[in-house]
Amino acid sequence: MSKVIRGVVFVVDDNIDTDQIIPAEYLTLVPSKPDEYEKLGSYAMVGLPDRYGKFIAAGEIKTSYPIIIAGENFGCGSSREHAPIALGACGVKVVVAQSYARIFFRNCAATGELYPWESIERLCEEFETGQEVSVDFDRNQIINHTLGKVYDLKPIGEVGPVIDAGGIFAYARQTGMISR
Amino acid sequence: MGMTLTEKILAKASRRSVVQPGENIWVDVDVLMTHDVCGPGTIGVFKREFGADAKVWDSEKIVLIPDHYIFTADERANRNVDILRDFAKEQGIKYFYDISDRADFKANPDYKGVCHIALAQEGHTRPGEVLFGTDSHTCNAGAFGQFATGIGNTDAGFIMGTGKLLIKVPATMRFVLNGEMPDYLLAKDLILQIIGDISVAGATYRTMEFAGETIQNLTMEERMTLCNMAIEAGGKNGTIAADQTTFDYVQARTNKPFEAVYTDPDAQFYSDRAYDVSQLEPVVAQPHSPDNRALARECRDVKIDRVYIGSCTGGKTEDFIHAARILKGHNVKVPTYLVPATQKVYEDLFTQKYEGQTLSEIFLASGCIEPAAPSCAACLGGPKDTFGRMNTPEVCVSTTNRNFPGRMGEKTAQIYLASPYTAAASALTGYVTDPREFLS
Repeated sequence: MSKVIRGVVFVVDDNIDTDQIIPAEYLTLVPSKPDEYEKLGSYAMVGLPDRYGKFIAAGEIKTSYPIIIAGENFGCGSSREHAPIALGACGVKVVVAQSYARIFFRNCAATGELYPWESIERLCEEFETGQEVSVDFDRNQIINHTLGKVYDLKPIGEVGPVIDAGGIFAYARQTGMISR
Repeated sequence: MGMTLTEKILAKASRRSVVQPGENIWVDVDVLMTHDVCGPGTIGVFKREFGADAKVWDSEKIVLIPDHYIFTADERANRNVDILRDFAKEQGIKYFYDISDRADFKANPDYKGVCHIALAQEGHTRPGEVLFGTDSHTCNAGAFGQFATGIGNTDAGFIMGTGKLLIKVPATMRFVLNGEMPDYLLAKDLILQIIGDISVAGATYRTMEFAGETIQNLTMEERMTLCNMAIEAGGKNGTIAADQTTFDYVQARTNKPFEAVYTDPDAQFYSDRAYDVSQLEPVVAQPHSPDNRALARECRDVKIDRVYIGSCTGGKTEDFIHAARILKGHNVKVPTYLVPATQKVYEDLFTQKYEGQTLSEIFLASGCIEPAAPSCAACLGGPKDTFGRMNTPEVCVSTTNRNFPGRMGEKTAQIYLASPYTAAASALTGYVTDPREFLS
């Protein structure tokens, strides 16, 4: 089964920490409650400095940017699982960063909310918010249709099937690691 | 081949004789800590995955600590503490540090305050053990020679049901600190120095092991300050070998047996750095990153609007003693917020003396705002009515641990991270100030 995720990108640079992804004042929302999960999503990236522009349009609860391009150390800071969950809840499917903070990467796999791909090149300086791209899961590539250029990504490895399944619990059941 | 302290703990916890960096292993968990911000979500995952009637794996190994959003009118925040209380009752959780009377925290004898300091204070941090917590600063407990790290709700929910977690063994970066600690330096200066050297991603996926004679001479509270901030360099955990200082602290607080382990002389390190602390100067982390280091004296022209002394890394009893040493006999020039980490620290402010006066007397005489109720408070912003929260684009010198945009509330507010000495000295001048100006 070939898998390609296509959409418009939102570009940020290095060290985007969890307070920028989901500011602490919204952590009163409990992600395991479905209505609060939705609401959490509506605040995704609201902590970013204003120069990045709006990640979610005024009055909307979903983003029109399913793919985020980032520099180094995306998701650093707190261990709050609310961070990948807020991104997933508002419609982000993929982040392509040069590198990730450890707990954020782990929480992406644990929750199955989104795919944390790693780029080889520093895409955050080549790409601009609003450009149309495709992430090709079989070829480990990202295609920037606006620029007409193709870039290799590092293989997503064993994390991929876990996110396909919908997180570690779903994966463990699918593969018979846990019974119920 | 020898193993590091972290590798030895993980080998034991995975019932193996040897583990190597990069291996994925299942470990048995000694303690799982969660709080009011991530506890309800963790409980939600636990119930969804293990069933509404499921029982936790061990009701004596889960520690529930309300501490983040306590003194607020925010209804959801209040509800989240209620969720913890209901769960503690349903599951018979032995260690739940409840607060039900928010109007007067002193009326809640069980209430502690900031989880990482409460864990230590109540004897839950023991050498050789494995501690997971739903909070990135769980690495604080590495000061006790244990493996301690932060995780998300889903992993915590898994532990709640099974008592186990699959983790990768981190390689160890060693930091050897030798030399006599100058009178004007504190552990916060040391860790900000190190983070400035290796960057906020410099220890990603790795252990930061702190060793050397300087470390051996640090108190437990100062060791916690150091390990607390391992995450600010991206580290998985921080460690300091247990010694008599550790044993004295732990054994005064728990009767539980533990077994300390130590790094072998032939252990392999990912990297090895040495510092002569006698050569270091007071430093700050400038906005908006914990690795944006500068010498405090280089920032003397930075005008500030307030000072904040609090949090797990900067609101312990000794942190307030250090601040009092600078503030005594002087007047602050900017609003100075004091937030004791725990109820015990709060009590200490009224009983511990520095040169004949209680800490509280010194603070009030110097014009500080009256000490607040113990909690995480404005360290991470929180609901709008949180004590000390940055609600306008002001400049703050803070003893907390993180200063990315928006960390303390308003996203254009500027936070300078500093030691309690530097924070107190800055309060006295209204500018970022090297504490040597007030230490003779």
